[in-house]
Amino acid sequence: MSLEPLAGAMPAWRALCDPAQWLAACKAIAASGGRLGALWASDERDTHGGLSAHALLVAYEGLLWLELPVADSAPGYPDLSAVFPCARRMQRAAFDLIGLPALVPDGTRPDGRGWLRHGAWTADRHPLRRDIALDERLPPGDPRYGFVKVEGDGVHEIPVGPVHAGTIEPGHFRFSIVGERVLRLEQRLGYKHKGIEKRFESLSLREGARLAGRVSGDSTVAYAWAYAMAYESMAGVTPGARALRLRALLLERERIANHLGDLGFIGNDGGLAVGQAHFSRLKEDFLRSNAALFGHRYLMDRIVPGGVAVDIDERGRKHLLAEADGLGAELRSLRAIYYDHAGLQDRCINCGRLAPRTAAELGVVGIAARASGHAMDARVYPGFAPYDEFIPRLASHRNGDVAARIVVRFEEILESLRLERRLLQGLPAGALQAPFAEPVSGARGVGWVEGWRGEVLVALQAGAGSRVRRCHPHDPSWQNWPALEHAVLGNIVPDFPLINKSFNLSYAGADL
Amino acid sequence: MYKILLQIARTGICTEKPRFADGTLRALAPRFSEDVLALLGRALAIRHVDAGSCNGCELEIHATNNPYYNLEGLGIKFVASPRHADMLLVTGPVSRNMEEALRRTYEAMPEPKLVVAIGDCGCDGGVFGETYASRGRVANVIPVDVAVPGCPPEPAAIIQGILTAVSAASRAGAAGE
Repeated sequence: MSLEPLAGAMPAWRALCDPAQWLAACKAIAASGGRLGALWASDERDTHGGLSAHALLVAYEGLLWLELPVADSAPGYPDLSAVFPCARRMQRAAFDLIGLPALVPDGTRPDGRGWLRHGAWTADRHPLRRDIALDERLPPGDPRYGFVKVEGDGVHEIPVGPVHAGTIEPGHFRFSIVGERVLRLEQRLGYKHKGIEKRFESLSLREGARLAGRVSGDSTVAYAWAYAMAYESMAGVTPGARALRLRALLLERERIANHLGDLGFIGNDGGLAVGQAHFSRLKEDFLRSNAALFGHRYLMDRIVPGGVAVDIDERGRKHLLAEADGLGAELRSLRAIYYDHAGLQDRCINCGRLAPRTAAELGVVGIAARASGHAMDARVYPGFAPYDEFIPRLASHRNGDVAARIVVRFEEILESLRLERRLLQGLPAGALQAPFAEPVSGARGVGWVEGWRGEVLVALQAGAGSRVRRCHPHDPSWQNWPALEHAVLGNIVPDFPLINKSFNLSYAGADL
Repeated sequence: MYKILLQIARTGICTEKPRFADGTLRALAPRFSEDVLALLGRALAIRHVDAGSCNGCELEIHATNNPYYNLEGLGIKFVASPRHADMLLVTGPVSRNMEEALRRTYEAMPEPKLVVAIGDCGCDGGVFGETYASRGRVANVIPVDVAVPGCPPEPAAIIQGILTAVSAASRAGAAGE
């Protein structure tokens, strides 16, 4: 197997492999502490005559993009879920979209149920194949779904969703409980599947940036940056120093805004409504600064391929520095309230524990991983510009409970404020957008950015005429949703909203 | 407790006045009499359904309840069941996987019921459009009274859309008091 380096901001390699190498490479990377970043499939009948399975592996050295070409007549490719349990849902999604099944050695699929398809199309159609049109009206399929049944004395089920009781995204949770205790939680997602990957293929590489920023709206900056990074890596473009600093500023602001929102909602779900009032006020102040200085409350479309679409002047710089001081003081005072509040602490400590070992086995990433004792953050390691100059101090905790995820959020906001101040000091002059040479057809690039929730990955391939041939945006929620199924075990049902909020995972990001 | 009281006292009240209703946001002519709308306008119960959004609009709907906009202060609150709701607030293009859930939520609501579509996707399908997996705009699936554009629309615009839906035709453009 020969490794071909991919140019770009992150260390990455690409390799074509055969089925034996596919499995061997994954086992070797898992054995050396690596994990599965993303898995998807593509229709390559117009190039090598078959389909391809792709895996993006995260190793200490960087990313390895494995591509396994499979003849259309072949039964499938080797299942990875025995090596990486988080592969399971990704493999099911890849089958729904492309029709390439992952198979265990006896030739069966580890889980034959649809994941994204539901009843929207039949099991024999695969809409990401190139002979199906973007707007094709596929005949509806069978919407029934076989949930795992838990049987025994006194066990009963609570079905929740897809429409939930609050203003949240749709998904289905099936609780099997005894009394109030959760024996099992099974998630069924995919309700928001709207064909994003197929939509990408109808766009130019440049137009794709706007769609990438809407895969998961709460992480628009992280996605826009990851997409831009992938695009720039295949075009051989490096944004200037000022543009990179501004990108980091926007990413840290997205982290702060989301953490502020989460701390409010966690307080609310823990019975401290006053926390919600204050954090939602602070978040609103913060979003208004975004709107005033950068023209958008959530910073959508501010990162563009080649650089950024916004600049900051001396007045804006002073405003942000004053805001950081004020917010830091407010945060310290609210932190004292949260940490001293007996009722809130009682709800959060030991609630929804995700043990460090479980987190590692499931390949959990982002805040959830850091709150369960794993010091991982793509800004720090391997690090990408400008974070090689402005190294964030990692916040982590060993308890893995709701309280630990609160602590990590408080610490990360304070750290992002510190980074914001440093980024704004001596901001270098320079172009906001680098000149862009369009990549050649077939070029590949990857993006890897630590968003507020966890790492966002984008794998991109260029087609003829600067169109998107294939784009797979990958949300950290793919890895973290199964961890929530584990974290709730043994907890009482009324604690689920609190535990769920402490993870705050994206439905849109993983449903695509 | 003392710290909490201090925090509250230090902050004060920051609630702002809402914008007036805007008749140009209407997708349908008002379907209910002025009397009905006047009653709803004073104690409106809203059920939100995300039919396939990117989750950006949800962030702004959350914001309508922050102390600046204080939607509940206008007598408007979000409820957990469609059976308690007068208005359905729908975000996103409608994914085919959410189409039935959206329809059933709408059917579960008692009459008189109003529908407000939120965001560019709810108005016309937005960046996602109509695909093999998306039905596009909300009006392709259920009747929509008011559509609020924006990606995402700001909280004040969302509240304006809600107030427009409960303002009678004769008062449209001057209500929201």
